[in-house]
Amino acid sequence: MATVYVNDVPVEIGNDRLNCVQAVARAGQFLAHYCYHEALTVVASCRMCMIEMGDLKDGKVTMIPKVFPGCQTPVKDGTVIVTGDYAKRSVGHEPLPYDPKYVPGKLAKKAQADTLEGLLINHPLDCPVCDKAGECKLQDYSFEYGRAESRLIDPKNTPPNKPELSSKITLFTDRCIMCTRCVRFTREISGTAELMVKNRGHHEEIDVFPGRPLENRLAGNVVDLCPVGALGSKDFLYTQRVWYLKNTDGVCSLCSTGCSIHVDTNKEIVYRLRPRHNPAAQGHFMCDDGRWGYHYVNSGERIVRPMMRSDKGLSPVSWYEMLPKLRADLTQAAAAQPSQVVAVLSPFLTAEEAFLWGTFIKGLSPQARLALGPVPVVGEDDSYPKNVHGQPVEPTKFTIRAEKCPNRNGVSSVLKQLQGDVIPFEKIAGETGLSALVFVGGYPNREHLQAAFPPNWKAPAILVVQDLFSSSLTEQARYVLPGTAAFEKEGTFVNHAGLAQVFARAVRPPIEARGELQVAADLLGRKGLVQAAGVRKELAAAVPFFDGLADPPSPQGKRLELTTV
Amino acid sequence: MKYEPILLARIHKPNSHQLEGYRADGGYAAIEQALVDKKPADVIAQVKDAGLRGRGGAGFPTGLKWTFLPKDHPGPIYLCVNADESEPCTYNNRILMEKDPHQVLEGIMLACYAIRSEKAFFYVRYEYGTAYRALEAAIAELYAAGLLGKNIFGSDFHLDIVLHRGAGAYICGEETGLIESLEGKRAWPRIKPPFPAIEGAFRKPTIVNNVETMACVTQIMRRGIDWFKSLGVPPDPKNPRDAGSYGPKLYTIAGHVEKPVCVELPMGVSLRELVEVHGGGVWKGRKAKAVNPGGLSMGFVDVLAPLKGEDGKTEYDIPLDFNGPGKVGCLGLGTAAVTVIDDQTSMVDVLHNVTQFFSHESCGQCTPCREGTGWMLKIMERFRRGLGRREDLDILVDVADRIGIIPGTTICGLSDGAGWPVKTAIRKFRSEFEEAIRKGEPSRYAKPLQMVGAH
Repeated sequence: MATVYVNDVPVEIGNDRLNCVQAVARAGQFLAHYCYHEALTVVASCRMCMIEMGDLKDGKVTMIPKVFPGCQTPVKDGTVIVTGDYAKRSVGHEPLPYDPKYVPGKLAKKAQADTLEGLLINHPLDCPVCDKAGECKLQDYSFEYGRAESRLIDPKNTPPNKPELSSKITLFTDRCIMCTRCVRFTREISGTAELMVKNRGHHEEIDVFPGRPLENRLAGNVVDLCPVGALGSKDFLYTQRVWYLKNTDGVCSLCSTGCSIHVDTNKEIVYRLRPRHNPAAQGHFMCDDGRWGYHYVNSGERIVRPMMRSDKGLSPVSWYEMLPKLRADLTQAAAAQPSQVVAVLSPFLTAEEAFLWGTFIKGLSPQARLALGPVPVVGEDDSYPKNVHGQPVEPTKFTIRAEKCPNRNGVSSVLKQLQGDVIPFEKIAGETGLSALVFVGGYPNREHLQAAFPPNWKAPAILVVQDLFSSSLTEQARYVLPGTAAFEKEGTFVNHAGLAQVFARAVRPPIEARGELQVAADLLGRKGLVQAAGVRKELAAAVPFFDGLADPPSPQGKRLELTTV
Repeated sequence: MKYEPILLARIHKPNSHQLEGYRADGGYAAIEQALVDKKPADVIAQVKDAGLRGRGGAGFPTGLKWTFLPKDHPGPIYLCVNADESEPCTYNNRILMEKDPHQVLEGIMLACYAIRSEKAFFYVRYEYGTAYRALEAAIAELYAAGLLGKNIFGSDFHLDIVLHRGAGAYICGEETGLIESLEGKRAWPRIKPPFPAIEGAFRKPTIVNNVETMACVTQIMRRGIDWFKSLGVPPDPKNPRDAGSYGPKLYTIAGHVEKPVCVELPMGVSLRELVEVHGGGVWKGRKAKAVNPGGLSMGFVDVLAPLKGEDGKTEYDIPLDFNGPGKVGCLGLGTAAVTVIDDQTSMVDVLHNVTQFFSHESCGQCTPCREGTGWMLKIMERFRRGLGRREDLDILVDVADRIGIIPGTTICGLSDGAGWPVKTAIRKFRSEFEEAIRKGEPSRYAKPLQMVGAH
């Protein structure tokens, strides 16, 4: 077993090949860095992760009298790492037998402070108007490791900003610290290689090639990768100060990759999505379709209250009034022609919602049928990195899936358990003579929904629609219920590979809306507010596929055994 | 006794750059003979035993570098010849390439035979148009004569030489910067390890050698170890790590001298002799104030400062071998390009020019160098306007001290070279800077030197 020493703390690293940044992290400590990123190649150019290094051999420590970049320096058995934080080390570990003249951490600490002084030389002091302020690594590390005062009295370089870099992304050129993470991302992850470094020395700038703007479906990631406020998302620009944002762990609902995300909200409004590192789901990144595809939540066109059709058309109604009527209608229809009562459960529902709705419908009559809602498929799976011809190359580092819904696997598994097979939506859409159709949707894009209906589709007498937006379906519905978006509920999505991720609610739904889970619980006659965690327990007990979810899974989710459904 | 040049022996002959004349002078006999009666390992051994140290600046033993290649590598192995001679005031490679390219090319053939390489890349800096064309013609001559390509001299040794012209960047002289540039990328030096001998150009084992080194290889193979060791300075017995400074060396003399010239002398000539005898002394009857012993990045020698422990001698008397400049706080011998600064010249202007060069040429990869060189330039620009402050001197020394591979804060040695002239100038001529601060007068030169070149 290999042992390395980080600020005197011994760390077992086994046979892992680690660099010093990773080894320091293993020791529960932190080594500041800018250019290093786990998913990108090491360039060791920012010179923030400077450490002192030596060897412990035969009870004697030999330190090398210079500093090393931690990201580039591999560790082996007996490596001694001393960081600039040595003075802040945790007590309780015997100091290693250093040379008495050696002052641990002195060189590294100075090197880090020097690097920060260098980075700030041409960095504007515009934190008050910079979107990154509050989550900026240059701010954080300058505060932690830098000098309090600037020794520079000369004017700073002021290269012009480049809002034309991309339709979605802007570059505040003067804020850039040249870590080149963004350049490496476009070369190594997206493979599209739009970004480059031009000029030399302190006049270096990030730029695109003439006439080739930064437009690829992963481009937004460069904004997250940027440790400072140089690359900004135009979508988020000047909307919120980040310290007001509330951060919730979520799961992206716009394709079946099911990226783990951070949902940044303030006062019940979603302002920004960022990828949440999850090796089991998608890795470090997310696609732009998902990143900037959240606006439907904040749309003014959403269905925000329950409505019921009368002679005068659709009119708002209270839940107290509506739900008993709805239940009575469905019960009656099920009693008359049970197999002509169909519930369509969309792949946008959480597993819990699908389970409770399915339970309710099957409770009306075992012959009532459950169908899987339309599964939107757009184009083909889009894998990265690309080569110069735009063809994907192995090894694949990111895939944007053609299946534009988060939970086909989860809903299908529920349906399979409740009725033995999954009825595809096309079959239901082709049937005439249905007596009642309950459509539980949640489609962020109404086009996807409408495309699945034949043009001359005739609604059954009792049509119940719960959805986010009005569509040709709601025009014919007797009951229209407001749906909730993925950010407005808690639950479980099972992605394309069977990874079940449980996520929390980030924002409240519109004030008069009730979530799909609550409506199902109300219809089932359950009292009070329903909790997704409780339903999940029921689900785990009732559906073998969801066995693993009886205990709350980790934020990384849990891989479930997919069977062909 | 006057030294008879060997490396420069042919440069004054008519058509010295042509194959015919070179062969008439016994050219390509060394490679022809080596192909017959020497194994590659023998060539390596001969170069190693001669004690040849690289002429590019760092002085790394050439034969030893060749042995770093992986044993029994299936190939290809590449040789890169570094002719990106960008150090200010340096032009010793240029003379070899323009006037006697075949001497260099024979060295390349010998080196490639030794390291079992079948392809050599000759990286010539953009500004050397004449040298490029001379080499182009020389290589064409060799192909026409069947001395390059397949089965050279009827042996099973094959070699192609690819001539590559750079785009005008100092950093391409750094060996991994050169390799990146050769590969068509931005010349950002690579992080090491792996060293080029393990993974270099196109991810294959690569040896990078200087032009003058190649010429020395030719002469070592032609004249033998004893000839080479008869010139120069043996190792310092007190320093077990010293490999000695053997052989002839091309010194270029530039700056404020009567006769700027490139001369060939045995290693170890003193700075004073070089300037006063070979360079014709300081111009206009003035006296030297500071001398750059080996290219700007090596720092300055204070001509009047007494040499410690040697009575009556000053820093001007240091020998120009691989150890000499280091004894007076300079970085090393560098490219052996001596630049003289006379006593009428302000060190403020000199240092401004130096910082301008390095800030312009810093590749910008590592923060300390990118920002450090820029900051030093800004401070020196202020000095030129007469607005220097005493604390600026401390900042300059602090910045100059902390950038480079010696403190460990950068990937390549460019910033060591950027820092060294700054700190030696300020440490050795501090009173002059303090005087400038006190007077607060702007520089006598209205404009700084203008940038010239392809960029």
